[in-house]
Amino acid sequence: MAVELIKERKAVAMTGNQAIAEAMRQINYDVVAAYPISPQTELMGFFAEYLANGLVDTEFVTVESEHSAMSAVIGAAAAGARAMTATAAQGLLYMYENLPIASNWRLPITMVLVNRALSAPLNIHCDHGDAMTARDSGWIQLFTENSQEAYHSLIAAVKIAEKALLPAIVNMEGYIVSHTIGNVNLLTDAEVREFIGESDWRTNVPHPLLDTDNPVTYGATALPDYYTELKYAQHVATFEAKKYVKEVLEEFNQLAGTDYKIIEPYKLEDADFAIVVMGSSAGVARTAADQLREQGIKAGVLKIRLFRPFPYEEVAEALKHLKAVAVLDRHDSANGLASPLFQDIATTLYHLPERPMLHDFIYGLGGREVTVEDMLRAFNRLINLYTGRETRDRYVEYLQVRE
Amino acid sequence: MAKRKKFVNIPVLTHLAEESHEWPYENPLAPGHRMCPGCSIPPIVNMALLEYGKDVVTGSNTGCLEVTTGVFPYTAWTVPWIHVAFENNAAVLSGAEAAYRAFKKKGKIDKEIHFVSISGDGGTYDIGFQALSGAAERNHNMLYICYNNEGYQNTGYQRSSATPIGAFTKTTPVGSKIVGKEEKRKDLTLIMAAHEIPYTAQANPFNYKDFTRKIRKSKDVKGFKFINVLQSCTLSWRTKPEDAFRVLKLATESLYWPLYEVIEGKFWRINVKPSKPKPIEDYIAMQPRWRHVLKMPEILDKIKEEIYTKWDFLLRMEKLSKELAEDLGFTLDEIFEMSWDEYQEKVKPKLKEKTYLS
Ligand SMILES: Cc1ncc(C[n+]2csc(CCOP(=O)(O)OP(=O)(O)O)c2C)c(N)n1
Ligand code: SF4
Ligand SMILES: [Mg+2]
Repeated sequence: MAVELIKERKAVAMTGNQAIAEAMRQINYDVVAAYPISPQTELMGFFAEYLANGLVDTEFVTVESEHSAMSAVIGAAAAGARAMTATAAQGLLYMYENLPIASNWRLPITMVLVNRALSAPLNIHCDHGDAMTARDSGWIQLFTENSQEAYHSLIAAVKIAEKALLPAIVNMEGYIVSHTIGNVNLLTDAEVREFIGESDWRTNVPHPLLDTDNPVTYGATALPDYYTELKYAQHVATFEAKKYVKEVLEEFNQLAGTDYKIIEPYKLEDADFAIVVMGSSAGVARTAADQLREQGIKAGVLKIRLFRPFPYEEVAEALKHLKAVAVLDRHDSANGLASPLFQDIATTLYHLPERPMLHDFIYGLGGREVTVEDMLRAFNRLINLYTGRETRDRYVEYLQVRE
Repeated sequence: MAKRKKFVNIPVLTHLAEESHEWPYENPLAPGHRMCPGCSIPPIVNMALLEYGKDVVTGSNTGCLEVTTGVFPYTAWTVPWIHVAFENNAAVLSGAEAAYRAFKKKGKIDKEIHFVSISGDGGTYDIGFQALSGAAERNHNMLYICYNNEGYQNTGYQRSSATPIGAFTKTTPVGSKIVGKEEKRKDLTLIMAAHEIPYTAQANPFNYKDFTRKIRKSKDVKGFKFINVLQSCTLSWRTKPEDAFRVLKLATESLYWPLYEVIEGKFWRINVKPSKPKPIEDYIAMQPRWRHVLKMPEILDKIKEEIYTKWDFLLRMEKLSKELAEDLGFTLDEIFEMSWDEYQEKVKPKLKEKTYLS
């Protein structure tokens, strides 16, 4: 059995990758599949150290590709195991084929996605391009702002996935969070284990392959007579998942003394203008909002923590009274309209009788640094568009481009 | 609109015969699957799994076997079975096997469970080769059976790297400039033997005693096992359904599909040595997909060269293996017939001595 390493809560300075490895050690997964890709590589290296020193009893499957990493955790989860893997960018795309299978089968897998820009051009730094390709995969997706939140989110995600019976991605921004040292308050090993509960192959999934007395078939063909019903079942489950995310975050808050919600509004009650953002840039946006408030402009920020299933009711409630909202997308869908987060926000607000004006900014691509000045520029452009001082010929603009 | 019913949202299937859940079933693959008449996949699956018994987790890549045995809400599988995609069953089962090991070492599961993948040549030789090679190198305790019908049958018969020279497929038609497939078969059995996995074999369901013995051997051996089984396809080989086993019989009698087995890439044993091999022409003549080459001496010559040089190679490997076995104080047959534990105890130490201490 794994040794109790952390008996008392403590604060430790660690990078995001170290914090995730620490959570993995405390969770003590049954199966972890690993394949290197920057900026995720290091995380599995830290975990391998724990393994090599007998601190976990995980079966570590060092696969020959990400396609096999996802295949192996699907096989492990269907067998009845608590299983996880981690990847980034090209790795996610390489395993992609398997993602919608894991979600349709309702397998409670967890995956850490250390966000990295997609090729081409090749770039190992952060944007959300990888996560956005998985937005329609049926996986739950949480975004995190720093290593503390990433650490907490992975622990919570294990329970969320098992309650909702859906696989879950925890996004952690490459380098910005994965390789940056921050203060992380660690829970004790015992607290984590009690929170997620003992792993049992009989109960982790409803129909484990290892139950050879009750043989089951995973992966049958469903023709036009049944495909729709099996998709509808998943559709319902995805809607219901939000409830479980809320429940588990609430339980987690009680344990850790945190205040995690599926969305995080900042000074929105009386705001006229706001930025909607995910990940580490939320802090920069809050600083910009504060500076504007000093000038008498009522600015606020909405951080989205739960990206899938999209918390449309909560988002509508948080934004409905605003004059104008700038959505910040760390990805360009290159679809000739706007990027994914913008589309989600627009869809969410469309049904309101009165709704804020919207504008989409693409920012932070391939690790481009995001400054307070950038955020102020976004706010100013938004305000000028709203007041008619400036005009636009499209809904989406690059925030930081040299033309 | 009527209130919508909530579906049980796990796509797990009911058995054809709900009431007969007691093992042993007559066959691991229940009647009612949708394979073509004369298809030799079902006997391969049944023979193999009957040897493995009830405590087994099986799986397949996408292909004929997969698509004909599980069509929601029915299944023909009476043992646990998992199909994820076309190229990854080796990886999927390696994950399931890792899960089993995790619970086993924590004392959370008692029974002995085996893992068996049964997948087609396309999903094994080609698109799934990476996953296969990875699982073999990691030496997961599982058996991988390739049912080799020498083409992508599920998609209507396109070439795979297992398709022989000259054979017609939808992607290698017989034309005036090019006649069928131009390249010879990839020899996957040799490649797997070169992985030095514990056990590699080539088998034929016609030679069912040899085939089931190899399956039993694989059950005893710990680590990764690979068995390449030739399988006749009614639809694309265009042999008559009733001739399925006749054509398979000729495959081995003509030396087209030699039966042999390899332990750790070191000991090679040929299992069937026809005293007088049948002409390859007889084998080809039974297959409309291929028999146009009988009138093409150049192609026929290439086929013969491939078959006879391979047979010669295998004889030489066996000869070397016999010498090695004798040097260690055993006969080659003894080495193949002893249990895996005995092999570890008796043969392995001597092998070490002989190879790097002398
Ligand atoms: C990634 C991917 N590419 C292609 C296919 C289409 N496909 C399904 S089965 C198959 C051929 C299977 O051939 P083989 O493995 O030899 O099995 P068989 O059909 O002969 O039983 C192909 C090409 C697929 N399902 N997935
Ligand atoms: S197409 Fe060939 S391999 Fe497929 S079921 Fe029919 S006979 Fe069997
Ligand atoms: Mg085939």
